[in-house]
Amino acid sequence: MAEIKVDCTGENCPIPLVETRKALRKAKVGDLIEIIGTHPSSKKEIPMAVKALRLELIDVQENDGVWKIRIRR
Amino acid sequence: MADKATIIVHSGEMDKIYSALIVANGALAMGMEVSLFFTFWGLQRLKKGRLEKGPLSKMNMLGLGKWMIKRKMKQAGAASLERLLQDFNELGGRILACDMTMEIMGVKKEDLREDLISEYCAVGTYINEARESTITLFI
Repeated sequence: MAEIKVDCTGENCPIPLVETRKALRKAKVGDLIEIIGTHPSSKKEIPMAVKALRLELIDVQENDGVWKIRIRR
Repeated sequence: MADKATIIVHSGEMDKIYSALIVANGALAMGMEVSLFFTFWGLQRLKKGRLEKGPLSKMNMLGLGKWMIKRKMKQAGAASLERLLQDFNELGGRILACDMTMEIMGVKKEDLREDLISEYCAVGTYINEARESTITLFI
């Protein structure tokens, strides 16, 4: 199982969401995808997409305005 | 009903093309299917080299307003229209081109970015897609 990292720091709507989806499409079942970014709304909207795609949200962390979201494909 | 969004892209102004592509990419990212039906002024933006050429729909001020907005967007980390269009294509979005607009406005297939266009069609195809969509918009 691979670990895929996506850095969307400084990117605005809708790039963090789109890059998350692109990474999820490329990942294999069981892979871990970690997205970091700074766009505030994406922090709550990426988990919405994870739910809509029926995937597993592992956790959401935030430190100094930089969030990190981990998803299991 | 399919989990699908169908958008008529009638306007060619830069801000409206942004609206259409942002909504379309968001829907794809959240697992929906998306079709964009480009017609009238919207279709002009699918001509080679014309994607970013639309004015602002308000306060364009002979291009000054557009220049200011583009500068602000760059500072904010907003994506270019070209990037949004490429992402839309990569995520499996479909682009439909209105063939009546092509005829009326003298647009030939070779004038358009044919590599991105799935189908050249008319209202029947749009309705066929829209009637099974949960989201339909006219921009």
